[in-house]
Order: sequence, then structure tokens, then C-alpha cells
Amino acid sequence: MSFAAKANTLWEYANPRKFLATSERVLPFFWMTSFVCLVVGLIWGFFFTPDDYKQGSTVKIIYLHVPAALMAINCWLMMLATSLVWLVRRHHVSALAARAAAPIGIVMTLIALVTGAIWGQPMWGTWWAWDPRLTAFLILFLFYLGYVALWEAIEDSDTAADLTSVLCLVGSVFALLSRYAVNFWNQGLHQGASVMRAAAVTGADTEEKVSNIYFYPLLVCIIGFVLLFIALVLYRTGTEIRARRIKALLARERLKG
Amino acid sequence: MIALLLRDLKLAFRAGGGFGLGLAFFLIVTVLVPFSVGPQSSLLSTIAPGVLWLGALLACLLSLDRLLALDWEDGSLDLLATAPLPLEAVVSIKALAHWITTGLPLVLAAPFLGVLLNLPVPGFFWLVISLLVGTPAMSVIGTFGAALTVGLKRGGLLLSLLVLPLYVPTLIFGAEVARRGATGMETQTPLLMLAGITAATIALLPFASAAVLRINLR
Repeated sequence: MSFAAKANTLWEYANPRKFLATSERVLPFFWMTSFVCLVVGLIWGFFFTPDDYKQGSTVKIIYLHVPAALMAINCWLMMLATSLVWLVRRHHVSALAARAAAPIGIVMTLIALVTGAIWGQPMWGTWWAWDPRLTAFLILFLFYLGYVALWEAIEDSDTAADLTSVLCLVGSVFALLSRYAVNFWNQGLHQGASVMRAAAVTGADTEEKVSNIYFYPLLVCIIGFVLLFIALVLYRTGTEIRARRIKALLARERLKG
Repeated sequence: MIALLLRDLKLAFRAGGGFGLGLAFFLIVTVLVPFSVGPQSSLLSTIAPGVLWLGALLACLLSLDRLLALDWEDGSLDLLATAPLPLEAVVSIKALAHWITTGLPLVLAAPFLGVLLNLPVPGFFWLVISLLVGTPAMSVIGTFGAALTVGLKRGGLLLSLLVLPLYVPTLIFGAEVARRGATGMETQTPLLMLAGITAATIALLPFASAAVLRINLR
């Protein structure tokens, strides 16, 4: 009983009218909180944390680099989920949300790559290295480009939604495969996961983890990026829905006139 | 199924261009490489396995837009879709025909082009083996890309943008086999990975290709 009620509340937003009404109500909240989080996190991180003893002040790039990289991957996961929802349940809002998210993912991937290059230059002595993590991100960027290009190329929007959804599913498998293939192909310069490991956060192992001094502002920045991403997706999905409505209205006008 | 395969093969042989074009492209890419990197034979023999793999991959890509587009234009794709044969089988046959007309000649031509690039002697065997195992995956993945873009007027460029990222794992493991083989290292791990990718794509991707083709034929 409770499960059915819960399911109902989620699927209600498949109705564009309901989606728009709710998203308009919650959007200001998301904009504001993400803005506050980013301002607080970045100012805290940039001005009120000490320089690293080895990396100097370049360590502070972490406040942009890590959240952007995190969102670049999560954005693709969100597109995968909404694509699946579209293929299974044929909710238009879902397909439009996937379409709206893709350019945000491109920008996040670019931010991660560019800040990584700026960070890598003083630390590793090179802007770019064919390190597995870097390479995998570049490949992810190519997947995003292909996905967006396919959306743009097809005129009929339902066909486009279908084809891009299948591409997203197949692409996910191949992106994952590429991630492990490049691991096999070259050894890395990039450090391993050192922010979100449970053991590292609780302080159980002190070997390689981001110090708490950096971790707390970083956490604020990550929350800020997540909220910003949600706000952007809701906003852009609303735009897509309205663009679709305008198209329908124009078609109706032409039919009358 | 056999009839469809024979038909596709006949068309590829008789239509001209399609069959030899990939090979000629492979040859010309290989010939251009020394012009761009210099004629030192030691350098050429180091990069030979990778260059030959890349050349084969691009040659494979070149013929993809003809794979389904011709049948789409003259309407025979609609007939094939309504035929008793499941669409999954049709796209598998199409991929097989593409491999026989493009992949297999590339495999056979690769050793001769290896001579041009001064490939080390143990490399020849592993180059042929890796291409033999890897090119079917390229045909099957390419068929998926061709099915995605079949309805588009200028799908050629988009096709390469969509397919090339999908070729990454195949290229990595395939070139790794050839490179390790050329320098006398053990090749078992990448070869098994390559074979795994090929087997998995042959088994699974025709379903995606057929699904996509059904959407495009709607």
C-alpha cells in the first residue's frame, strides 16, 4: 500500500504540467542553496584553508576539479536512468530531461579536464598525460558529443528520443569497457580515489586521504555542484517542454490559417 | 539467411568501389605514414602495429555508410523488415557480409603493408591474429552505428562521431596484442580480452541494432 502511494507520487511528475508547476516552485530554492553553498565553499576553500606543504596553493583547484568530475559522471548516470524510463514507460518529460542534461555533462567534463590540466602543469610538469583517468574522461567527452550530435541530427523528436536512449544504453557499456581498457593500457599519474572512501573519511586509514581541513569546504562545494546540477536540469527541462509546446502551437496555427 | 548473405556479397562485388575501396584506403594510409613521420626504419617498426591497426579501423569505418543506406534508399530494407526472418538475423547477416567484404581483405592485406612499415618478424603472426579476432567486432559495432544513422541525409560524419568512441576498447586490446607480439612479449591477456569483446558484441549488439532499425523504419 505504502509502496503504491510512493510510486504514484514519483510518476506524477511525468505529467508536464505537474512537472512545470512543481519545478517552478522548487527552482528558486535550488538556485539559492546552490549559490550559497558554492560561495561559502569556494571562499572558505580559497581563502581560509592553508596551502598544502607539497602542492602549495594549487591544491585549491580541488574545489572545482573534484565536484565537476563527480557531476560529469553522475550526469551520464542520470541520462542512463531517464533513457531507461523513456524506453520502458514512454514519459516525454524523462526523454527531455536526458536531452537537457547532456550539455551540462559536456560542460562539467570540460571543467574537470581543464582544471585538471591547470593542476597537472605545476604538479606533474605537463598539461596532459595519457593517464587512464584522464583518457577515460576524454572518451566520456566524446560520448557526450556523439549523443548531443545525434539529438540535433534527427528531426522527429520521438525518434530522436528513442535512438539517443539506445545509444545511451550501448554507450554506457562501452564507456565502462573503455574505462577498464585504458586501465590495462597505461599506468597512471593520477592519484587514486582519496576523497570519498569510507575508511578515509572516518579516518580509519591515514595513508592517503584528503585532510579534513580541505575535506569540509570540498564537501560544501560538492553539495553546491549537485544542487546547481539539479537546478540546471530542472530549468533546462522546463525550457525543452515549453519549446515543444511552442512547436505544437505553431503547427496548430498553420493548420488553422 | 544464406540467400541474403549471397545477395549482399554479390552486390558488394558487382557494385564496384565498395569492395576495393577499403583496401585502397588502407594502402594509402600506410603509404602516407612514412611521409608524415619520416623514413627511419627503427621508428617505423616501433609504430607499425599501431598504425596498421588504426588504418584497418579507418578503412572499416569508411565503408559503413554504404552498409544499410543502399537498401534503405531502394526500399529493400522495408521488405527485409517484413520478411519472416527476424530483424536481428538480418543485421547479423549484414555485419557478416560487411566483414567478409571489408574485414577479411584487410586482415589478408595487413602483412604486406607490414613489410612497407618494417614490422618486426614475430609481429606478422600476431598482427594477423589480432586483426582476425578484432575486425568482426568492428563490423558488428559499425552495423549498430549504420542502423542508428540510416534515416539521416548526411549521416556519414555523424556515423564516425558515434562509432569511433565505441571502437576504443577493441582498438586498445587489438593494438596491444600486435604491439606485444612484435616485441616478443606475452599476448595472452589482451588477446583473450579482445576475443571476449568480439564474442560479446556479436552476441548482444545485433539486438540493439535491430531495435534501432525498427525505430528508424517506423
